[in-house]
Amino acid sequence: MFYRTAGQFKTTYRDDQALFPIRQDGVLVGIFLILAWAVLPFVASEFAFQTLLIPILIYSLAALGLNVLTGYAGQLSLGTAAFMGVGAYACYKMLTIMPWLDPVIAILLSGFFSAGIGVAFGIPSLRIKGFYLAIATLAAQFFLVWLFEKWAWLYNYNASGAIQVPNLTSVAAGGNYVAGPLASSLTQYYIVLGIVTLLTILTINLTRGTLGRTWKATRDMDFAAELIGINLMRSKLSAFAVSSYIVGVAGALFVFCWRGAAEPNLFDIPLSFSILFIAIIGGLGSILGNYLGAILIVGLPVVLNTVPPALGIPISSALVEHLNLMIVGGLIIFFLIVEPHGLARLWGLARQKLIVWPFPY
Amino acid sequence: MFYDIFIAPFVDMVEAPDFLMQVLWEGLVSGILYALIALGFVLIFRSSRIFNFAQGIMVVFAALTLVGLYAMGVPAWICVILTLGVMFVLAVAIERIVLRPLVGQPDIILFMATIGITLFLIGFGEVIFGGENKVMITEELGIPTGSVLLEPFGGLLILEQKDITAVVVAALLVVGLLVFLNRTRMGRAIRALGDDPQAALSVGISIQTIWVLVWFIAGIIALVTGIAWGARAGVSFALEVIAYKALPVLMLGGLESIAGAIIGGLMIGILEKLFEIYWGQPLLGGNTETWFAFVLALIVLLFRPQGLFGEKIIERV
Repeated sequence: MFYRTAGQFKTTYRDDQALFPIRQDGVLVGIFLILAWAVLPFVASEFAFQTLLIPILIYSLAALGLNVLTGYAGQLSLGTAAFMGVGAYACYKMLTIMPWLDPVIAILLSGFFSAGIGVAFGIPSLRIKGFYLAIATLAAQFFLVWLFEKWAWLYNYNASGAIQVPNLTSVAAGGNYVAGPLASSLTQYYIVLGIVTLLTILTINLTRGTLGRTWKATRDMDFAAELIGINLMRSKLSAFAVSSYIVGVAGALFVFCWRGAAEPNLFDIPLSFSILFIAIIGGLGSILGNYLGAILIVGLPVVLNTVPPALGIPISSALVEHLNLMIVGGLIIFFLIVEPHGLARLWGLARQKLIVWPFPY
Repeated sequence: MFYDIFIAPFVDMVEAPDFLMQVLWEGLVSGILYALIALGFVLIFRSSRIFNFAQGIMVVFAALTLVGLYAMGVPAWICVILTLGVMFVLAVAIERIVLRPLVGQPDIILFMATIGITLFLIGFGEVIFGGENKVMITEELGIPTGSVLLEPFGGLLILEQKDITAVVVAALLVVGLLVFLNRTRMGRAIRALGDDPQAALSVGISIQTIWVLVWFIAGIIALVTGIAWGARAGVSFALEVIAYKALPVLMLGGLESIAGAIIGGLMIGILEKLFEIYWGQPLLGGNTETWFAFVLALIVLLFRPQGLFGEKIIERV
């Protein structure tokens, strides 16, 4: 009833292939965009910005990058956090060497560095695949984090070994501070939201186009893809490049618009796994899933931290952390058993039900 | 530069052969533990095609249970038996709750499920036993803790007795496993399931029993590794990282090959130690052990995608 598709006729192939073939989908996305751009920023508290809105956006961007590689091109990667690190450090070094550079531009440019490194570590994918490749990406994970620690040039020879984000203004934010202690959460939120929206639109269109189809063909059956004339090398390496670019931008945002400082071990393997979980629980091979997964994975600890005290149950923060791990672990298994295709598929099923409701025939 | 990389390390090695032997011994000890963990992976992978990421946390969990039980006042040897019981219950629980509903799903889904198990066990272990570092009950288990001093080439070589014990026990365990796999009915059933699951099912091999069995064996291996490594470095969740070391071993040796796991483990243990001492610390600022094994495995695989011992039949390209 709410999702009735009757009367929406497609008379051309162009209509059929449109971004939103069903009008209600477009309306729904529009509502969420208005919510994100115009409603949430004015009702959210400082706490909500810092613990929910900004991290959810950044994590979903990173998961989007991983999803391009793992969900669309079928190359399992366990090194996401290291590529985020490359983006963050590249951004930091660029702004050190060229202080006149606009930070938003620097963030967008830093993705190219991680794309380059991503392609270099993606080369083994031409020879090995599956779990062997997953282990190979762990090489990137451990090697790069080690490099962040040992190569003092990367963090400007700071005694602490960490990078500290200075106060930076950007033209994109009307000359306001976008990074550093002086930046307001609202500005940072808009910068993050803008970049996330932009990259999401780009990715949606990439996955719908020629490149996305070659990725999917590579994922579904690589030798068949090769037989119909897809260049596997180009397909796999372009997936690594696009994925690492998005992940790198997410990493730069992670440090510049949210954390404000970063130590090398921030980019260690637990972060890689968190992002992998977001992609898996959300649904591999879906764009929507990244956002649903990020809401779940980022939101869950916050809920666990705030609900028991509100109900008067005394619970220590260490216990919360452990319970959180247990619940996330259990949830992963639960979702894999109930719906291996993730939250996005659950929404797909619900939508199908809505379309035929109330007459299921 | 050329001299530093290609000549100086070898000069150091020749000049101090006793130190070289010490390094080799340390490498051998960690190598044999990597091999043990890799063996746990291989067993589970062969019989169920599951890439068991939870092997590392099983090591931690087994060691924690052992120490935790002892702290409750249970005699040491009964602790070992009880811990084995816990590992068995864990194997049954994993098979019942996690694996059975997921039979037939794509590999990546099962892999994810083992990561889910890992997270769950980390949280569970910390809730029950606490996250702080604990001391392994080495002496209480009757493991000698002294050290043996040898004097080869007029130098000094220190062999810790607990390391010797670890090597001997690990070697015995490997031999026992090989005998079990090759000479007993159950062992043949495990290998049959690995070679051709459908044929194995059709001759009446129970997939559930075998899965519980291999996860239990992996649990036993985890306990042995946990005791040996815990005696060296204490029992904490940091132990989990040694499980990551087993992954390049698997890349080198092949996910299916038991011999590959053993030889690959020893190779990686020794080579990473040599690299760390003679190249890593003087030239790269140390701590290269975190990535050396992975990069080595990566380079080997670039030239030999089937691994050192992998069967050609395994399609990896």
